[in-house]
Amino acid sequence: MRWKWQYLEEKFMQGLMLLSFGLILLSLLLILFTIVSKGLPSLSWEMISQTPKGGFYLGKEGGILNAIIGSLYLALGGTLIALLFAFPLALLLNIYLSQRLWADIVRLSLDILWGIPSIVYGAFGFTLMIFLGWRASLLGGILTLALLEFPIMARAMDEVIRRVPPDLPRAAYALGSTNLETAFLVLTRQILPGIATAILLAFGRGIGDAASVLFTAGYTDRIPNSLFSPAASLPLAVFFQLGTPFPEVQQRAYSAALILTVIVLGVSLTSRWLSHVLDRYSIH
Amino acid sequence: MSGFSLSTPQSAVTRSYRSQFDRLIRRMFWAFSALPLFLAVSILSALWVKSQPILVAHPLAELLLGSAWKPQRGEFGFLPFISGTIWVTVVALVIAVPVCLLTAIYLSEYASGRLQRLIKPLLDLLAAIPSVIYGVWGVLVIGPWVQHSIAPFLSQWSHIFPIFTATNPTGYSILAGGMVLAVMIAPFMIAIAYEVFQTVPLGLRQASLALGATRWQTVKYAVLPKAISGIVASLILGCSRALGETMAVLMVVGNVPQIPRSIFDAAYPLPALIANNYGEMMSIPLYDAALMTASLTLLVMVLGLNLFSILTLRHVLREKK
Repeated sequence: MRWKWQYLEEKFMQGLMLLSFGLILLSLLLILFTIVSKGLPSLSWEMISQTPKGGFYLGKEGGILNAIIGSLYLALGGTLIALLFAFPLALLLNIYLSQRLWADIVRLSLDILWGIPSIVYGAFGFTLMIFLGWRASLLGGILTLALLEFPIMARAMDEVIRRVPPDLPRAAYALGSTNLETAFLVLTRQILPGIATAILLAFGRGIGDAASVLFTAGYTDRIPNSLFSPAASLPLAVFFQLGTPFPEVQQRAYSAALILTVIVLGVSLTSRWLSHVLDRYSIH
Repeated sequence: MSGFSLSTPQSAVTRSYRSQFDRLIRRMFWAFSALPLFLAVSILSALWVKSQPILVAHPLAELLLGSAWKPQRGEFGFLPFISGTIWVTVVALVIAVPVCLLTAIYLSEYASGRLQRLIKPLLDLLAAIPSVIYGVWGVLVIGPWVQHSIAPFLSQWSHIFPIFTATNPTGYSILAGGMVLAVMIAPFMIAIAYEVFQTVPLGLRQASLALGATRWQTVKYAVLPKAISGIVASLILGCSRALGETMAVLMVVGNVPQIPRSIFDAAYPLPALIANNYGEMMSIPLYDAALMTASLTLLVMVLGLNLFSILTLRHVLREKK
């Protein structure tokens, strides 16, 4: 009779697992369905081509162009600055410091930075800005986002570089290239797909993050015209405008949520496609 | 890239420039590579310095264990916020851990190769969805669901289980926050747990199956014991994610500074406290230091959990190589 219990247990656990897996898939579909079914009816040309009129919280006219442009500025700026630091760090970490205690410490610090909640980055950025005498501004938001994206990007690149077969740099050294040339001319080409993925991963994280830009970039009805003016952003457009009692204003929140979701999912899919395309420059 | 022959003096000179440059950059890189550590230390010390005013004025125990939050009267007790954070996180973990573990086991031990290749992009996609989007979903779907279905249903048993007492008429509650959080941290935990299961050697499974064990028995007696430290680490990593999550929770948890008694009570977690009050804190003395102390408390909780799980995972995932 013993085999029967085993069989039952097996079937029971398999059922539970399928149930769990189904639950996860169902939640994903439900989220997407909610966002699309609320966002699509509220989306119009007016919505994406105009800034809100009469204040974003009370005004019933206008759209969310301020948040779309603001978010793109913030995330592009943050990603660019993060890239300037993350790329050389990840590359040279593996060239100059491979297999050493210090490299381990650097990686551990990056992992720790990755785990710091974005609200803490926001508080830290805000403290720095008060110290420097800045107000909520595009630049403040960009720098805080750069801080948030830097460890994500650096660590993602580092993981890719570590998977490069060691024969590749050895071959480059054998041909007489220096460490730097090996890093920037040979390794870079090999990890191009990984670099693209890392950049887009960080960009997606940056554009969707609300807690870090809440105090640092502020919110405004206008499109920022300088680095020192405040900037609106899509996640905050969702957050602020969902809380109003006016259905017309809530429509703007739903549209912003839909646009944000489309951007983020688009970025995720693009990164898969791009890493596929760039893969042809790598040696396998 | 001119000069193919190394014997000419010309190329000898070029090479020496090149290697000099290389040596120069190598030396400078030591300073540059300290950047992450420097950032981590400066974030911690900035929060520490900014929270000094209140730490000097009140003893730490009074701040962490005090339950009165009246900034105007100079009373700053963090207990409602700390307990709110813990309640929401625990509810999220209770929901997420079994589901995530079972899903990870299914994907690693049962699913076909094709499904396994499909699932990584899908988890990436889920993890990429911003937290405000989860928040919108929570407000539109989970909140009303808790209010109309779950709360009336579970409160029938409130005389046996006091944590099911429903005195809060809205759906904005710990349970709603925990459910949204559970869905948010799921892709994260599944991805890492899956990775950990993949490190278990195939031979272990083959040996177990050869002895006549069923697949579940193989998982239970061979795979799980081998993977347990990595699994615990991945769950703790998910837990620290949940602790620091701000927007999604803030939108559905109700934000009432009280010590919760039931899962249908509203709570006020630490990240929500910081996010909600940062704009207006300047006019009240010690308020900004109090919020900095809240950030510091949150950071210390998250750092402690993260350090433990990162070091464990590093050890586990490296064994494979």
